[in-house]
Amino acid sequence: MSKNLVKQGAEARIYTTSFLTRTAIAKERFKKAYRHPTLDKKLTDRRLVQEARCLVKCRSIGIDAPAVYFVDLENRTIYMEYIEGKTVNDLLADGSKITAEESDELARKIGEALAKMHAAEMIHGDLTTSNLLIRDANNSLAIIDFGLSFITTCSIEDKAVDLYVLERTFLSTHPHAHHLFLTMLKVYGESYDSGNSITGKEKKYGWLG
Amino acid sequence: MKPNNVLIALGLEGSANKLGVGVISHDVSTGAVEILSNIRHTHITPPGTGFLPRDTAAHHREHILPVLTEALKVAGVETEDIDVICYTKGPGMGAPLISVAVVARTLSLLWNKPLVGVNHCVGHIEMGRQVTGADNPVVLYVSGGNTQVIAYAEQRYRIFGETLDIAVGNCLDRFARVLNLPNDPSPGYNIEQFAKRGEKFIELPYTVKGMDVSFSGILSYIESIAPDLLSRNECTPEDLCFSLQETLFAMLVETTERAMAHIGSKEVLIVGGVGCNLRLQSMMAQMAEQRGGKVFATDERYCIDNGIMIAHAGLLAFRSGYTTPLEESTCTQRYNIKRCGPGFPKYL
Repeated sequence: MSKNLVKQGAEARIYTTSFLTRTAIAKERFKKAYRHPTLDKKLTDRRLVQEARCLVKCRSIGIDAPAVYFVDLENRTIYMEYIEGKTVNDLLADGSKITAEESDELARKIGEALAKMHAAEMIHGDLTTSNLLIRDANNSLAIIDFGLSFITTCSIEDKAVDLYVLERTFLSTHPHAHHLFLTMLKVYGESYDSGNSITGKEKKYGWLG
Repeated sequence: MKPNNVLIALGLEGSANKLGVGVISHDVSTGAVEILSNIRHTHITPPGTGFLPRDTAAHHREHILPVLTEALKVAGVETEDIDVICYTKGPGMGAPLISVAVVARTLSLLWNKPLVGVNHCVGHIEMGRQVTGADNPVVLYVSGGNTQVIAYAEQRYRIFGETLDIAVGNCLDRFARVLNLPNDPSPGYNIEQFAKRGEKFIELPYTVKGMDVSFSGILSYIESIAPDLLSRNECTPEDLCFSLQETLFAMLVETTERAMAHIGSKEVLIVGGVGCNLRLQSMMAQMAEQRGGKVFATDERYCIDNGIMIAHAGLLAFRSGYTTPLEESTCTQRYNIKRCGPGFPKYL
């Protein structure tokens, strides 16, 4: 089975490969040389399982996310669906032509998906515009990279931080598209029971604390 | 008389249990920096105890004049050669900070020299950059009172991650008290020596939240299991120190790595008292190596609180035109590095 390296992050390497004839993504968490082996194994196993669990949960409640094909604990790898599409980061990149209508539509999709995810008590942990994809096939918004995700018990705080992390990406990478984030927050607040209290909390964060 | 292109600063530090006085010179035309003296006196308490603000302030008051005299003597400078007097404005313990600031103000009036109040964290970072030559690193600032992952962007120090409760050094120091390890030279140093002989890894909680960390739960847990494990001979104090260090430092390295990946930096600088721990330095080096990056660290002269870093950061601020008027020469226990910003970038 041939593997092509797509990306190397802080925790894992992402490859494209094939899985039972389908094109797939293999996400392999690598060993951290600095970490005690016992601790390293415990953390990697826990996060691997957590990621697979969140992906499956997303699919089961109707949030678009990569389908999990196989979890290989031994080799610290998750095989999942390869999604053909563009990241929101690409869509908002300088020089891209996005109309006001398209921008509102994108904001609505993101807001609704995140509200649904948070309503299910799932925290993504690393929301950035690179982790949001628009599928080429049906223009559906897919959320990817649940590597730092977890299921929260009750916390408004965790959800607000989740949104705040996304806002920081907008501020640093897409300052011209901040209105999109604000529209997204509005949609989020409306489509989720405790949404408005979370967006209220989110606004309290900020670079200057 | 010194040449005109040379500026000399006196720095006074006493935000915690270390009292330090240093003298530094900057050659404005060549950019050369010379450390003329760096004298320190530490308030050491008996094993099993920590240091209290009142006693620490008393220690500083008792020792400041001899330490100051020695620093000037070693530096070999006359009072008229000094251009600016720098003191720690904060963050730190109130009483010790004030006891040293009083001396700085008095000298300023006595010798008719300008004052600069310096942020303690900025002192650590700027001194670290100076000593190691790191250009624009991700900084891990770890000490008894602080745990932060910091990088400099757009005219401000930005905090990417920090502790949600106690500092990593505080966690180590308090565990040293449980084991009754001596506070001489420092509890953290003695934990490090014990950890070198540890073999068995005891699993402890591991609490990383994004780029933030939390230590209080780990401390409670190890405090609660330690007496029992030790009395049943299931492990040694060395094993506990080893496991605690491995766990805490893995958390620090992980969050630092995430910050590096986030901002695309290849350099990491470790500053603060815990930064002289060689195990932390080597773990950080292994991480950096896996990423094709580089670690910068300093030894105890600069990692542990000292006067020279206050003199250095203060002199940088002074050179950019900043001074602290006498009536504003206060101290503040909470002085977040986030507030060090525009107008006097980096150096407030």
